[in-house]
Amino acid sequence: MILEVKGLRKSFEGKEILKGIELSVEKGDVVAILGPSGSGKTTTLRCLNFLETADEGELVFDGAHYDMHRAGKKEIAEIRKKTAFVFQNYNLFQNKTVLQNVMLGLTAARGIRKAEAREIAVKALTHVGMADKLSSYPAQLSGGQQQRVAIARALATSPDIIYFDEPTSALDPELIGEVLSVMRQLAKEGMTMLVVTHEMEFARNVSSKVIFMEDGSIVEQGPAKEFFENPKEERTREFINFILGQGEA
Amino acid sequence: MDTRLWKILLEAFPRLLGYGITVTIPLTIISFALALVIAVAVALVQYADIKVLRQICRFYIWVIRGTPLLVQLYLVFYGFPKLGIKLEAFPTAILVFGFNEGAYMAETVRGSLESVSRGQVEAGYCVGMNYMQIMWHIVLPQAFRTAFPALGNSLISMVKGTSLAATITVMEMFRQAQVINGRVYESLGLYTEVALIYLLFCTVLSWLQRWGEKKLGTYGGKKA
Repeated sequence: MILEVKGLRKSFEGKEILKGIELSVEKGDVVAILGPSGSGKTTTLRCLNFLETADEGELVFDGAHYDMHRAGKKEIAEIRKKTAFVFQNYNLFQNKTVLQNVMLGLTAARGIRKAEAREIAVKALTHVGMADKLSSYPAQLSGGQQQRVAIARALATSPDIIYFDEPTSALDPELIGEVLSVMRQLAKEGMTMLVVTHEMEFARNVSSKVIFMEDGSIVEQGPAKEFFENPKEERTREFINFILGQGEA
Repeated sequence: MDTRLWKILLEAFPRLLGYGITVTIPLTIISFALALVIAVAVALVQYADIKVLRQICRFYIWVIRGTPLLVQLYLVFYGFPKLGIKLEAFPTAILVFGFNEGAYMAETVRGSLESVSRGQVEAGYCVGMNYMQIMWHIVLPQAFRTAFPALGNSLISMVKGTSLAATITVMEMFRQAQVINGRVYESLGLYTEVALIYLLFCTVLSWLQRWGEKKLGTYGGKKA
């Protein structure tokens, strides 16, 4: 077990957004978190990396226990160095080239020598098919290219798990494919991934496990195949039918 | 125009330019450097939201921006000695210009810091950087690029502003023009001449500003 969350709660301005989330991720799992907007998927992910401070909750990461509300700077830094995060809006460093974007987490954050960092960065960028754009700036790239660089930035630090927060939601439809195919590739190679997504195709065919959230709670979770073919909860069935119906329309 | 006026203007030119180079420019540079240090410090305090200091910074900006520069000069130079704070004219000018422009520039710098997307800061944390590293590598360079044109404006406005130092007895370029005029009574010619020298200084600065902007680049983005 690489990751386990127990009793994760979070409120914003008195409104409860997460009502006691329990989930776990095994090494090599690709877990898709599905659910309607506002169900708390993104907040869950952000709490895992302490981009939001949970009100309550316990995180077991790689055998170590963390209080999600009280974790100190040192503990947070420790976890962040073992994880990576891919954002909906890419969030590349605008003043850095593609290569620098990927290197910075190695040189600045981990004190790796420039030459070695460069090698790792180029390898990661090759992996996502962006090795020909090393000296471009983010502003010169398409959304799909930017997201692939962001994935390379995540890969370069050799994380135990990569969190993806709706990685294709900000992309034009014709650019979604290139990002999904990189993610599919990573999944095949055994990268552990926790993916908040609206891409049913991805959830169904790539992920090994699906978590369905609604209104701050997990409604159902289980193996992807089972989830789509034989959902237990009425609400899950409704959601799947609705989404699939939309896809066909 | 008569030859007497030409002779006066010709003789005045090197003296005015001399005071411009040896007094106006150093006064500007030192005051601007002080203003920049104040501005960055005040902006960072607000950006990082440091509790009590933040209130003090807001108070400073409120007072400085809400009172005239000329009054500030008079208050410090003619008023403060009553409180036992006596300063020479030149240091007074530096302090007042520095703190005055610093308040405006602090707002420029703060706005530039805030213009760097929150997402990039989060991404910085997620790749393992700490606050200082994120500021140094990501936020400050972008904020500096954004602030640069506005800071250039402040510098240019300060060059002209230093002429107010004449009112507290600093012998700078404009006061020198007044002194010469006191002898020869050629207001139109002399004040035009000194105006042209200010114009010359500011023109050079605008060139430098444009050159600097080009040099800094736009990180592959569209021209600002």
